Amino acid sequence: METGKVVENVAFNILKQAVIYLPDDVKQALKKAYGEETSETGKTQLKAILDNIDLAEKYQAPVCQDTGTIIFYIKAGSKVKDLDKVESALIDATRKATKEVPLRPNAVDPFTGKNSGDNTGRYIPSLNWELVPGDSLEMTVLTKGGGSENVCLGGMIVPSEGIKGLKKFVVDAVIKAGAQPCPPNILGIAMGGGADISMKLAKKALLRPLTEHNPDPEIAKLEKEIFEAVNMTGIGPMGLGGKTTVLGVHIDYAFRHPASFPAAVAFNCWAARRASARINADGMVEYLTHKLKW
Amino acid sequence: MTVYKLKTPISEEQIRKLKVNDVLYVTGTIVTARDQAHRRALEYFKEGKPVPVNLEGLAVFHCGPVVAKRGDKWVAVAAGPTTSTRMDIFEDEFIKDFKVRVVIGKGGMGKRTTDAMAKYGAVYGAFTGGAAVLAAKTIKNVKSVEWFDLGMPEAMWVFEVEEFGPLTVAIDSHKNNLFTDVQKNVEDNKQKIYQKLGISP
Repeated sequence: METGKVVENVAFNILKQAVIYLPDDVKQALKKAYGEETSETGKTQLKAILDNIDLAEKYQAPVCQDTGTIIFYIKAGSKVKDLDKVESALIDATRKATKEVPLRPNAVDPFTGKNSGDNTGRYIPSLNWELVPGDSLEMTVLTKGGGSENVCLGGMIVPSEGIKGLKKFVVDAVIKAGAQPCPPNILGIAMGGGADISMKLAKKALLRPLTEHNPDPEIAKLEKEIFEAVNMTGIGPMGLGGKTTVLGVHIDYAFRHPASFPAAVAFNCWAARRASARINADGMVEYLTHKLKW
Repeated sequence: MTVYKLKTPISEEQIRKLKVNDVLYVTGTIVTARDQAHRRALEYFKEGKPVPVNLEGLAVFHCGPVVAKRGDKWVAVAAGPTTSTRMDIFEDEFIKDFKVRVVIGKGGMGKRTTDAMAKYGAVYGAFTGGAAVLAAKTIKNVKSVEWFDLGMPEAMWVFEVEEFGPLTVAIDSHKNNLFTDVQKNVEDNKQKIYQKLGISP
């Protein structure tokens, strides 16, 4: 089969996997939160979330009606053939999934307010390319809900405040967001680089499994510290009070300009939908996050 | 925390019994309305024109569902709540004009709505955000769709539901607002967090 067709099929499959089946690490974290939540109202919310996850799987229906903005992360081996066919294949896969899964059409022209109806439009689906050695093509899809996107925050910290400034930035962002991003959330946090770079890194950090902590022990410690701090807010599941406000925190960074300390916080809702697959040179496809169920 | 199961039409007397943190399941008719349906309904009322559904005693649901047509019948596929704060500017008048008893959504509503709920007798039921299939499975029948010219998410969908919930009563008809309570608590906790992290406010 030609590259374009294989990519389209695999992209369609991971999109369908992502919107219906939450990744195991997210499900486990929600179950754990349900067991540990002490607020009765918080527990009611987590129970509804877990029931909803089961029903979505049973009926193969999207876990949330907001099937999000579609974002692909592509790790392209430099020896992969026909890389120029990948973009159109991903767009075709998006159109097909919108019709067949179905997904809610979520791509709107900001000037006219017109919805394209098929989740595609200028720069959408969003494609993030990384060129790596080798001959395999790895793709991850993130379907990003609007409620949690609306509270993502980028800003500039006073460089002399350093990490302490970052901590305050994150705590304030979580408190300001409150119930809006459908907590419990996952936080992607990044600093450095520039306004755009920190936000890109923060969002990309949302792809990491909750079971995975930063390999740098100092950063892992900071992740834990922020995780514990924001769970002290009392915002709780769906902002109705409780001890589960976030399920996990992932931090990344880039070196910064001496005069700048860019910081960014990306929120994901509890319906943290992502799926990955790898296409090898021999055409073999490995599904990395989900089992293929159809 | 008490669990209530109410059938529409719901009376003022029934709704006044509910307190924040109670859990409510609604059986009967619920009608979706987002920003545009709210705006149009209020305009119609002002002009003395009838709205397509008599809303008295019913529940209004802040929701833009995914609805599929199977044969000649509409089926709700996914129907979770949308953020209610956008409807805050309409809801007090909406409650007054149409006498809805339950407003369903996510994220909570403000003082204007809380005051109107106390004055006219209504509650806000928070439905778990994202729990779209859970919601859709209690929708037994799509009775009709009104104002379809507003588009699928903004149209007024009339659903027949069976034990739609769990809804956490987050605003009752006695001026209690759970979201405001949580916010106050969070503000207090913020100082403790700052202290723990060594941040000067």
